[in-house]
Amino acid sequence: MVKYILQRFVYMIITLFIVVSVTFFLMKLIPGTPFNSWEKLSETQRHILLVKYGFDQPVPVQYAHYIMNMFKGDLGVSFQFNNTPVTELIAQRLGPSAILGAQAMIIGAVLGILLGVVAALKQNTWVDYFATFIAVIGKSIPSFVFAGLLQFYIAVKLGWLPVMFWNGPSYTILPTIALAMFPISIAARFMRTEMVEVLGSDYITLAKAKGASYWQISVKHALRNALIPVITVMGPLAVSLMTGSLVIENIFGIPGIGNQFVQSIMVNDYPVIMGTSILFAALFVFIILVVDILYGIIDPRIRIQGGKG
Amino acid sequence: MLNKEQVISKDMFAPAHIDPSKSEVIAKPSLNFWQDSWLRVRKNKGAVISLVAIVLLLILAFVGPSITPYKFDYQNTDNHDLPPRVQGLENIHWLPFDGTLTNKAGISYNAYEIRHVKQYYWFGTDELGRDIFARTWKGTQVSLFIAFMAALVDMVIGVAYGAISGYVGGKVDSIMQRIMEIIIGIPNLIVVVLMILVLKPGIIPIIIAITLTSWTSMARVVRAQVLKYKNQEFVLAAKTLGASNGSIIFKHMIPNMFGIIIINTMFSIPNAIFFEAFLSFIGLGLQEPNASLGTLVNEGYKSMRAYPYQMITPSIMIALIMICFNLVADGLRDALDPKMRD
Amino acid sequence: MAVEKILQVKDLNISFHTFAGEVKAIRGISFDLFKGETLAIVGESGSGKSVTTKSIMRLLPEHNSKIKSGEILFNNTDLTKLSDKQMQKIRGHDISMIFQDPMTSLNPTMKIGNQIMEPLIKHQKMSKSAAKERAVELLKLVGIPKAELRVDQYPHQFSGGMRQRVVIAIALACNPQILIADEPTTALDVTIQAQILELMKDLQKKIDTSIIFITHDLGVVANVADRVAVMYGGKIVEIGTADEIFYNPKHPYTWGLISSMPDLETNDEELYSIPGTPPDLLAPPKGDAFAPRNPYAMKIDLEQEPPFFKVSETHYAATWLLHPDAPKVEPPEAVKRRQSQFPGGKEGK
Repeated sequence: MVKYILQRFVYMIITLFIVVSVTFFLMKLIPGTPFNSWEKLSETQRHILLVKYGFDQPVPVQYAHYIMNMFKGDLGVSFQFNNTPVTELIAQRLGPSAILGAQAMIIGAVLGILLGVVAALKQNTWVDYFATFIAVIGKSIPSFVFAGLLQFYIAVKLGWLPVMFWNGPSYTILPTIALAMFPISIAARFMRTEMVEVLGSDYITLAKAKGASYWQISVKHALRNALIPVITVMGPLAVSLMTGSLVIENIFGIPGIGNQFVQSIMVNDYPVIMGTSILFAALFVFIILVVDILYGIIDPRIRIQGGKG
Repeated sequence: MLNKEQVISKDMFAPAHIDPSKSEVIAKPSLNFWQDSWLRVRKNKGAVISLVAIVLLLILAFVGPSITPYKFDYQNTDNHDLPPRVQGLENIHWLPFDGTLTNKAGISYNAYEIRHVKQYYWFGTDELGRDIFARTWKGTQVSLFIAFMAALVDMVIGVAYGAISGYVGGKVDSIMQRIMEIIIGIPNLIVVVLMILVLKPGIIPIIIAITLTSWTSMARVVRAQVLKYKNQEFVLAAKTLGASNGSIIFKHMIPNMFGIIIINTMFSIPNAIFFEAFLSFIGLGLQEPNASLGTLVNEGYKSMRAYPYQMITPSIMIALIMICFNLVADGLRDALDPKMRD
Repeated sequence: MAVEKILQVKDLNISFHTFAGEVKAIRGISFDLFKGETLAIVGESGSGKSVTTKSIMRLLPEHNSKIKSGEILFNNTDLTKLSDKQMQKIRGHDISMIFQDPMTSLNPTMKIGNQIMEPLIKHQKMSKSAAKERAVELLKLVGIPKAELRVDQYPHQFSGGMRQRVVIAIALACNPQILIADEPTTALDVTIQAQILELMKDLQKKIDTSIIFITHDLGVVANVADRVAVMYGGKIVEIGTADEIFYNPKHPYTWGLISSMPDLETNDEELYSIPGTPPDLLAPPKGDAFAPRNPYAMKIDLEQEPPFFKVSETHYAATWLLHPDAPKVEPPEAVKRRQSQFPGGKEGK
């Protein structure tokens, strides 16, 4: 088990390294420099800026510098925000995104699992169809479309909730709902499928033959087994939340990482783009590792055999 | 049970000449895999309705822009921001096709009358006076095209990669898998965004960007299947008869995997549509005057408060397309893949 | 020799509702189970063996199956009339069941000990520690070595044969009056099979439980059964003591079964197989369900279902061949051979 974790950790590092490198070189491929869009710069001023940020040096050298700095914890400074270190910028923005993401993830997972379990237990009844309907809708309507509609109908027309910004708990409601739709639908769909399969298995019939009650069977026996594969989906799910949050933050004007990322793309603020990309990649790989470990802990079949590659 | 009133006559005990081979007759007509699956798909009403809807949408996507007299990129700035108005439906006020808008004070007024506009715009116009009906269908065309192409490339790359990796096995497989793991390890988002930044927005770059990371799910599934089939005896049999590796993969294994391949491809279509729309939303989508559903939603969003129909129409279209494809894909999965069947 | 009747099944009729229509899976069966005996139910796939026993436990899927008529009397209660909650008290406590595939019968994420303790805690209200002690005892009883250690392990750490022993331990935990074994050895190697059968016979003596044993393997029947019921097409076609069924069968289907079982004296030409396939119970045939495959069929077999004819106090067969007006027929060679070996007269055990 430990060996497995170490192995995965190494992969994580390699992956991150590759992400950083690829991102770096891609950034360099974009023609022009960030200063092209700044008006009123004379040639000399431009030249000074180029030297300062190291643009005059050959690309591999720039790369080496970047990597070395990265290890020192220095991700460069933002172009937009006049010398604010990227790390600082990111740290500022992390809070709202983390809250939004966590809320959406928890609500998504809990509601989704509940929905899926109920649908499976009441298979082929109207409860099932309703739950499946919600799952399909959640999966099919892109989160930003949903966000826009929510914003329009509930915030603008009905005025029940604030339209945008992040000034208190009530501001988190609409964005969380919009973001949670996708996780809810994926969790529900998956949970239902797994639950139905588990409910049809021999050991459930045996449990019934032992005289176990409906609840004992559903929760103690079936749920535990059905939950295992669903957990493995949670990882990528959490990541997709990061994607979704980009637009949600944009729409709702939330001062989060996603919003910042989009902004930095618009103005070609490379260090911030790089820094955020690295952050996303790191989160992603980390979450997958956590889920895999969790999976190993929960499923005794894997735990005892020491994990698999 | 014995009917006591019935008299049993002695002649009933004469032998009945039974032909036992008659009882070996198979009673039902035998169906091949596809016919059997089609029967199952037909039972899934959601999938069937969606299939019909998709066909209709496809037809409209091609025919739509030509139905109205306005080209999708024709600007008539005098007629900007007009709400939808349809001849014949304009007097039914609870339908949104009567040409009225509600201003901030809550009073609804007929924009066409006030501005003395004679033409009819079925879905209204945008801020540059372009017909939204034509733009919506044009946008659907483009979005669907991107989605289909992306799904196609996905399929080709994914199947090829997965089949080769699984079939060759050993070190090659290990290396290919590690590479794939690393690709999977890079968030789709980053790759897509960076690709567009480098390649500049456009239909081809978008297709490339989307497929760069989405082929992995197909590759994984195909590889798993190939690994399963590799050890099965029909492959061994084919080898013994001298079949080449290529023919084993393409003539034997892949036809068995059509079900899964189709299912995966069907699912990647809504994914692609989502990504394209997403890119547009953050400004990395197609540029003016090109329309895709994503750009339409993006533009519409800007005028959401004053002219909600500009955003709602393309939103509904996207949602509809994605729902239909998801339902059909679900139905196909239930019908074609016994393991995943509910 | 009046032995007590533990279970009485009376004229049971069960149907399934499918897309294609109503499948009449059980078309009127009746039998009794006596205290301390092992009754074997034999038949092909689709004959209704599993459906019968599952219906005793009321484990048939509620949404598409229905007990159309009949009674299942146990301890003076009609099990068909009980609610699911009431049945839960009986399952695992008074009547237990074990299934065919040991690899899938146990919950993979639950420790073996906990799975055995479940019925003990639920039915006998034992405390956790008492239940655990008893679980270890039970594991020893079924022959699992190092029981104290293994009680905390998971199913995947046990082999097939051992898992089946655990399943037996679970079933017998509360000393049930009836144990229903649905093809418990079919999925096991022959040598393990023998071990499990020995174990079951041994435990039966210790706990004095009655066993209903479903199988399609006549060799197993010969090993364990006191009485045998032969099922075909949703009905019992012959029932009697093991000796009577093996050495003096009267129904052509039983003849077919016995003949298709090779023994030391079979010559090459004789190996017999019953042609054809079981009947379609969507539209059950009018007369004897076996008639289309029966080389001894008579015209009346196509018209009317045969009633049970008495061969002895314990032996009944539902075939028109036993009607006084029926012609005398010669059973197949293999059967005749056995009849000559019949240990003494018509009276069974």
